[in-house]
Amino acid sequence: MSRLLILTVALFLLHAGLQWVEPASAGLAAHGQGPRVGVVFDLGGRGDKSFNDGAYVGAMRAVKALGAQVRFVEPGEGSDREAGLRLLAAEGMDLVIGVGFIFSDDLTGLAKEYPNIAFAGVDYAVALDGQGQPIQPPPNLAALKFREEQGSFLVGALAALVGGSKKVGFVGGMDTPLIHKFEAGYRAGVLHVCPDCTVLAQYAGVTPEAFRNPGRGKELALSQYQQGVRVIYHASGSTGLGVFEAARVQHGLGIGVDADQYDEAPGFILTSMVKRVDNAVYDAIDRVKAKKFHGGIIQFGLAEDGVGYVYDAHNRALIPSQVHDRLEQLKADIVAGRLQVPSTR
Amino acid sequence: MISVRWLHWADLVLPPLVALAVALVAGDLLILSYGQAPGSVWRLLLEGTWGNSYGIGQVLYKATTLTCTGLAVALPMRAGLFNIGAESQLAAGAFATALVASLLPTATPLLLAAPLCIAGAMVGGGLVGAVPGVLRARYGAHEVIVTIMLNFVVLALLNWLVSTYWHVPETLHTPTITSGQMPRLSQLFPQFHGSAANWSWLPVALTAGLVQWALQRSQAGFALRAVGFQPLAAENAGILVGRVWRQALTWGGALAGLGGINFVLGYKGYYEDGLAGGAGFLGIAVALVGRNHPLGVVAAALLFATLSQGGLAIHALVPKQMVEVLQAVVILAMAMAVPEVRRLLRTALTPRRRAP
Amino acid sequence: MTDSSATPAVRMTGIAKRFAAVQAVAQADLSVQPGEIHALCGENGAGKSTLMKILCGMNGCDDGRIEVHGQDVTGWSTARAIAAGVGMVHQHFMLVPTLTVAENVVLGREPLRHGLLDLEKAVADVEQLCKQTGLSVPARALVAELSVGQAQRVEILKVLHRGARVLLLDEPTAVLSPPEVVELWKVLRTLRGSGTTILLVTHKLDEVMELTDRITVMRQGRTVAVLQTPETTPEILAEAMVGREVDLRVQHAKRAGSRGDVVLQLRDLRVAGRRIAEAIRGISLDVRAGEILGIAGVEGNGQAELLEALTGLRPVLSGEISLNGKNINALTPRARGDAGLSHIPEDRHERGLILEFSVADNLVLGQQHHFGSKGLLDRRAIDAHAQAAIAAWDIRPPDPQAPVRTLSGGNQQKVVIAREMARDFSVLIAAQPTRGVDVGAIEFIHDRLRQARDAGKAVLLVSAELREILTLSDRIAVLYGGQLVAVLPRDACSEAILGGYMTGLGSTTEAA
Repeated sequence: MSRLLILTVALFLLHAGLQWVEPASAGLAAHGQGPRVGVVFDLGGRGDKSFNDGAYVGAMRAVKALGAQVRFVEPGEGSDREAGLRLLAAEGMDLVIGVGFIFSDDLTGLAKEYPNIAFAGVDYAVALDGQGQPIQPPPNLAALKFREEQGSFLVGALAALVGGSKKVGFVGGMDTPLIHKFEAGYRAGVLHVCPDCTVLAQYAGVTPEAFRNPGRGKELALSQYQQGVRVIYHASGSTGLGVFEAARVQHGLGIGVDADQYDEAPGFILTSMVKRVDNAVYDAIDRVKAKKFHGGIIQFGLAEDGVGYVYDAHNRALIPSQVHDRLEQLKADIVAGRLQVPSTR
Repeated sequence: MISVRWLHWADLVLPPLVALAVALVAGDLLILSYGQAPGSVWRLLLEGTWGNSYGIGQVLYKATTLTCTGLAVALPMRAGLFNIGAESQLAAGAFATALVASLLPTATPLLLAAPLCIAGAMVGGGLVGAVPGVLRARYGAHEVIVTIMLNFVVLALLNWLVSTYWHVPETLHTPTITSGQMPRLSQLFPQFHGSAANWSWLPVALTAGLVQWALQRSQAGFALRAVGFQPLAAENAGILVGRVWRQALTWGGALAGLGGINFVLGYKGYYEDGLAGGAGFLGIAVALVGRNHPLGVVAAALLFATLSQGGLAIHALVPKQMVEVLQAVVILAMAMAVPEVRRLLRTALTPRRRAP
Repeated sequence: MTDSSATPAVRMTGIAKRFAAVQAVAQADLSVQPGEIHALCGENGAGKSTLMKILCGMNGCDDGRIEVHGQDVTGWSTARAIAAGVGMVHQHFMLVPTLTVAENVVLGREPLRHGLLDLEKAVADVEQLCKQTGLSVPARALVAELSVGQAQRVEILKVLHRGARVLLLDEPTAVLSPPEVVELWKVLRTLRGSGTTILLVTHKLDEVMELTDRITVMRQGRTVAVLQTPETTPEILAEAMVGREVDLRVQHAKRAGSRGDVVLQLRDLRVAGRRIAEAIRGISLDVRAGEILGIAGVEGNGQAELLEALTGLRPVLSGEISLNGKNINALTPRARGDAGLSHIPEDRHERGLILEFSVADNLVLGQQHHFGSKGLLDRRAIDAHAQAAIAAWDIRPPDPQAPVRTLSGGNQQKVVIAREMARDFSVLIAAQPTRGVDVGAIEFIHDRLRQARDAGKAVLLVSAELREILTLSDRIAVLYGGQLVAVLPRDACSEAILGGYMTGLGSTTEAA
């Protein structure tokens, strides 16, 4: 008994003693003179090889290039999203960024409460009013949206050009308007370069589970490959890993989404339609520094380098240079407005 | 002369104290390993939690949910059952309370709506808790396995219900409720402005007191504790052990479900997929540190809520993961301290003959 | 047999041991000669077990000196004690039921071949050991299948296999039937013949008198006497243990009143067993008000199943149990209690008490619905009830809030009996009412059972101790193989007659 008591008291004394220890490096290392920026990741946070990592890369680039002082917060549970945003806002940050559509409500509320602080939401979900018209976010809140249909258009054209088949495939996650956007752009891209091609488009389901179901993804992809499809584009979260697995088995090709997914199945990934979250985050910080920040819906398309496709050492062998030239031409046409890409089916 | 009652209290209080001491020193070392001064980090943690009314409000909010899930683990534990299902019971309670609130006519008076919504939450959680209870009592299916598996089933089911039938487009939550909203504390005390704290803490605190009272003062509580200590002796005394098991797990589920009002009625005003967010599993730790004692659960919930909120506050100096490590250290130290204290106390309590 | 000039096998001097507030052992001395059977006697809580645990290294001591074969070994560990040949046979067996006898015996010192367990060698070793010592156990049988007596032999074998020269036995006969006890005595004498020193912890006087060479008596943590067995009497011994005079005569006090109506009636009762299809195979029996009916029998002949069926813990296959003329087959245990059936369970630690509960709570266990209303407990009534019971039964310490775990065995049993006799009952089922209880308390409990009988209650006594059955009963029924092979008036019984029926040798008489 007494042994335990002595141990406990000793630990408390040790703890008290340690309170006086002050390492030389203690305190906040202040670096840079640029804007003070706070970034709140979603649950799970860093290491997702996608949105959160993209936001981190963009913020770190801003640290180097713009001298920004960045604080990151990773929430532990649902109510921490708001608490994290509020913490950063209360500290008087110049810009507070929430990464992911789930921050939409919290950002809207806080932007109204702190009208002098700039807020930005990556993939912010714009609410609709009774008539189905979008409700504009507050003037100090930038909704960073991406023109996924434009990037999808280019990878669609690529799929039709290098696939060597009149059939091209698409696997979506949850059957919602958000994913329809990908399909619509992709379909338009395919038909633009190959009017007599057909697009086989299938969805993994109607629930969010459809974004986490590689088994279903593989099943859908296998049947498409067996029908003569050579290239499949997926917009389906981790369900897409099943699509890549099928590509490996059938020696077909897959197209990744959101981030460069080459590493998921090296040799079987034709390209990836990337959402440049890093560019969007960097752009928002840059605007704050230049005092050009404004709220509202800000679209990142090909022109803003907000979406794109991967063309690098890994897949150069798969894409003939004349095909690449053609894609760049299409991109230029879209940027210049000579070519309109639909965002609905 | 050390009295028996003193030993009883020592058994209850000593392990958490030891665990706290271990966690504090472990925290010091972690902070030092990041090149920061323990003194200033702890100060920052306290300032961000108990140092201002916003922080207190946040701690109160988090502690409210954790109290419910902690009780949901502690009560069945007193009957000798291990409820791992608080996560799904909490979600089911939250869903049920949102359902009840949305069925009520708009702007139903709070005094009428709140009891109905609270009852809905408890029924929702209780239904999920009743399943392992019935399976245990009727077929002897081990409640640990059943509750773990039921977590997956119930969370997937709710996810499907929300995403398929009942959500606002482009989100994973239900429409905002129009009655039964628990007012925020900040409406009465403006200094709580911005925090999620709401009046849900009141029914939850009352419930914790009620559970404590019922355990000690009701025949059902007597039977439950008897079953928890020695099922064979309880059976011999005419207590229907199976029925006690069923009731304990059902009430455990209801208590977890009650936690759903905090998020749905008090904070967001809607059910959102994933709102349980680990609060159910943290409830196991809360019950462990609270020694399965309702009032201890409240204290432990406040401790874990402080760590959780404090993690955000010290984020600028050390990674948030430090707080998660600390939570784990508290749990491990408790798990080690309890048997050690028990062993030491047992030797002091061996049957003996006193001087006549 | 003893040779006082030789170096003692064990010598403990001035031993003291304190557990928090309790002085378990104070100033104990013990000297055991090589090759003798020495008894350590005393009431429950006198400090016998603690002294043994100190000797075999399970506990340290605060003061004093321990020598084994002349070497100072004070404060040694169990591992060193075993290595030095001091082995303990525990009261509660420490065997792995799913392993065979041979595997259990060699556990911890397994013979190996190519790094793997050499099972054949283990079996051969054990069979050889059996032959040497006269302990007969089937080496390949699973421990789970053994009788209690056989399991104890395995425990002894285990200790001997580790090379024990000093054998400590803690209450070895507590779980044995009379023939098994006789068997054990034979084994211990054989071991003594081969030079093993045996130290026996017990509080049963007849065992001590029959078997041992010398006796050390403990009382309240002190060794108060060392006696040469041939020169002592049970009365002297009992007086040394209790510290006052004790009446030990087996005297059958006749009932004061006359036999009344039949209150408990069994008609062709059949009950399933734990492992066998039918453990009770058609029992008919009448128990009348104002009599004590003893059920004798070797354990495992259906006693446990009969008790469970009577109290409502086990469904009956067929037949009828009536209480005061009403069939209670379908009643729950609680309803049976309310209908007037009180029950002292045979294992108070498992079935009779909630050890973590207070004395007061244990005194209302099973009757809690009578203490309060609307589902609540009336703490004041419970406390008053406890105060009354503590005073009436002299339960010590007289603290209603003390956890029952902290009470001595005798006081724990008093709590159980006080509870069961405090309620309004017409039949009292008393199973092993004095098992593990010290001499003083046995007398007290027997008196109370007789008082209940004299007050017109029916008492059904189930005991493994023939002496107890003979002392208390007015009629005696013998249970053998799930049937009542004899129901006799007390005056027609003796240990010899009953022993015959218990082993299935006696002629069957008509069940009354």
